[in-house]
Amino acid sequence: MSTTLGVWIAAFLTLCILSFLYKDNPFYKFAEHLFVGTSAGYWAAYYYHNILKPNLYVPLFKEGKLLYIIPLALGIMMLMRLWPRIGWISRWPLAFIVGTYAGYNLITYLQTNALAQVKATLTPFTDVSRVILFVGVLTGLIYFFFSKEHRGIFGKAARVGIWFLMVAFGASFGYTVMARVSLIIGRMMFLLKDWLGVID
Amino acid sequence: MRHQIPLIITFVAGITMIVQYFVPHEPFAALSQQFRIWFLIIATFAMILGVGNIIKIHVERISRARPGWGYSVILLAGLATTAISGIGWGIQPGTIFFYLFWNLLIPLGSTMFALLAFFITSAAYRAFRARTAEATLLLAAAIIVMLSRVPVGTYLWDRFPIVGNWIMDYPNTAGQRAIMIGIALGVVSASLRIILGIERTYMGAGK
Amino acid sequence: MSIFERLTRIDRRIIFCTVALAVIIPLLRPIGFPVSVSPSVKKLYDAIEALPPGSRVLMSFDYDPSTMPEVYPMNFSIAKHCFKRGLKVYGMALWATGVSLGQDALEKAAKQYDKAYGVDYINLGFKAGGIVVISAMAENVVETFPEDYAGRSVGQFPVMKGVRNFDDFDLIVDFSAGDPGVIQWIMIAYGRYGKKVGAGCTAVSAPAFYPYLNAGQLVGLLGGMKGAAEYEKLMDYMGTATAGMDAQSVVHALIVFYVLFGNAMYLVERRRSRRNRL
Repeated sequence: MSTTLGVWIAAFLTLCILSFLYKDNPFYKFAEHLFVGTSAGYWAAYYYHNILKPNLYVPLFKEGKLLYIIPLALGIMMLMRLWPRIGWISRWPLAFIVGTYAGYNLITYLQTNALAQVKATLTPFTDVSRVILFVGVLTGLIYFFFSKEHRGIFGKAARVGIWFLMVAFGASFGYTVMARVSLIIGRMMFLLKDWLGVID
Repeated sequence: MRHQIPLIITFVAGITMIVQYFVPHEPFAALSQQFRIWFLIIATFAMILGVGNIIKIHVERISRARPGWGYSVILLAGLATTAISGIGWGIQPGTIFFYLFWNLLIPLGSTMFALLAFFITSAAYRAFRARTAEATLLLAAAIIVMLSRVPVGTYLWDRFPIVGNWIMDYPNTAGQRAIMIGIALGVVSASLRIILGIERTYMGAGK
Repeated sequence: MSIFERLTRIDRRIIFCTVALAVIIPLLRPIGFPVSVSPSVKKLYDAIEALPPGSRVLMSFDYDPSTMPEVYPMNFSIAKHCFKRGLKVYGMALWATGVSLGQDALEKAAKQYDKAYGVDYINLGFKAGGIVVISAMAENVVETFPEDYAGRSVGQFPVMKGVRNFDDFDLIVDFSAGDPGVIQWIMIAYGRYGKKVGAGCTAVSAPAFYPYLNAGQLVGLLGGMKGAAEYEKLMDYMGTATAGMDAQSVVHALIVFYVLFGNAMYLVERRRSRRNRL
C-alpha cells in the first residue's frame, strides 16, 4: 500500500466520485465542486504563463510594441460581459472572434470536409468495397437532402442511406463503449497498483 | 454603434482570413498574422470571462446563503489555491501547482468520466433493443465492432478483426463522410451568413 | 410480474457491480490475450520509421485527465519511438491540461534514451484559439510561442535552432480528445500546408476520423486504448494500455452478453404479448 500522501488524496477523491454509483451524496458533491474549481484555476494559471505573459505583457510592456494595445483593449472589453449594463461592449471583441472563425471555417470546411471527401469518394471502383463506399456516401447525402420529398426512387435511396448511417452509429457506439471502459480501467489500475499495490 | 461596428469588425476579420488563404502575400500575410496573434490574446480573455463567470455565480450563491453554498466555498477555494499557486510560484514539475494537478485534477477528471462505463452498460442492457430493421443493423454493427476491437474477439473468431476493420473502412466511412459533407455545407453557409451580417444571433439580445 | 420483466428491471447497482468485477478480476489475474495490430496503427508507426534521424516531429497534446488512460499511453509510446529513432520532438497544446500530461510523457520517454530538454525536445506550452493558433505557428513558430511551457525564452534552446515555420517540421502527430484537435490540424497543417499529419485519439472520436484516413489526409490513426496497446506491441514492450486489454476484453464481452440477453428477453416478451392479444 502506498505511503505517499498525494496518492492517498487521489485515492480518496477517486472513491468520492465512484460513490455516486450508489447514489448522489455529499462526498460526490464535494469532489464534483472541487473538480470544477481546480480545473478553472488550472486553466487560469496557464492563461497567465503561456499566453498573457509571453504574447501580451512582454511585447507590450517590455518590447514596447504599442500595437498590442488593440488586443488588450478588446480583451478588457470582452470582460465587460460580466456586468449586464455595459455588456454590449463585449460585442466588439466577440465580433472579431466570430468573424475570424467564420472566415477560417468557410474555407477549411469546404476544402477539407467537403471537396476532399467528394474527391476521395470518386476514386476508380477497383473492388466491391469502393462501390459500397460510393453508394453509402451518395445515399447518405440523399437522406440529408430535405428539399425533395423522400418518395419513389429518391425515398428508396434515402432508406439505403439510413442503413449506412445506422452502421456508422453502431460503430460509434462500439467505440464509445470502448472509450468509457478504458477510463474505468485506468482508475482501477491506479487504485490497485499505485494505491493498494496489489498488482505490478 | 452597438450593432454596426461589430458587423463591420466581423466582416473585415472574416474577409481577411478568406483572402489570406488564397493570397499569402503582403499586405495580407502580415495583416492576417497580426490578426491571428491578436486572436489568441482575445480568445484568452474570452476564457478568463468563463472563469470570472464561475466566480461571480458562486460568490453570489455564498453571499445569499443559497442551498449548497458550502460546496461553492469548496469550489472557490480549489480555484483560488490552484490559480494563485500556479501564477505565483510557477507551473513546472516540483511546484505546488504541479502537485495539485497530479493528485487532485487527474483523479477527479478521470474518475468523473469513468463513471460513464457503468451507466453505458446499464443503458445498453435496458434500452438497446432490436425494435426495427434499422435498430437491428445498428446493434449488429455495434456488437461486431465491440468484439473486433478487443483481443477476446480474435479468440472467439479469428476473422473478427478483419470484419471489424472492413466495417470501419467502408460502411462506417461512408456514413461518417455523408454526415461530414452535410455538416461542412452547413458550416460554409452559416459562415457566409455571419460574414455578410445576415446571421446576427451571436451578438445576443438587447440593445 | 414475469421473470423477464423482473430481469429487465434489475437494480442497476447489480449491473455496476458486475462491470467493476469484470474490470478488477482480469487486472488481478491477467489472461494474456494477444493483441493484433490494425493497418491504421501500423501506418503511423511506418511513417515515423521512415523519417531519417534528426527529423523534426511536432506533437500537439490536445487532451485532458479525463481521457488520460486512452491517450497518454499513445503519447508516451510515440515519444519513445521518436527518441529511439533519434528524432527531435516539439510539444505544444491546444488544451491547457495537455501541457502537463504531454510534458510528463516526453520526460519519461526521454529519460529512457538519455535525451535532454532543450536539446532533443521541447514543450512550447499552450495557446488558446485552436485553428488560429495552428495557422499562426504555421507562419511563425517563435512569434506564436516566444516562451516554452515554463516561461523560458525559446531562443535559448538549441533544439529551436532553424525552426521558423511549418516547413521545418517533417511530421505532425496530434493527441486528441476532442475539439480543437485532429480536424483543425488536418484542415490547416495538411489542407493548407501539405504537412503529414498522424493522430492518436480517444475511441469516441475515432470513427469520425476514418474518412480522413481513407482520403489520405491522415498518415495513420490510433483509436483509444486498443490503438495504444497496438503501438506498444509494435514498440515491443508492455505498457499500461496492453495491461488493460484483458479487462477491456472481458468488459466488452460482458456488455455484448447484456445486449444479447436484453434483446432475447425483449423478443420472448414481444412474442408472448402478441400471443396474449390473439
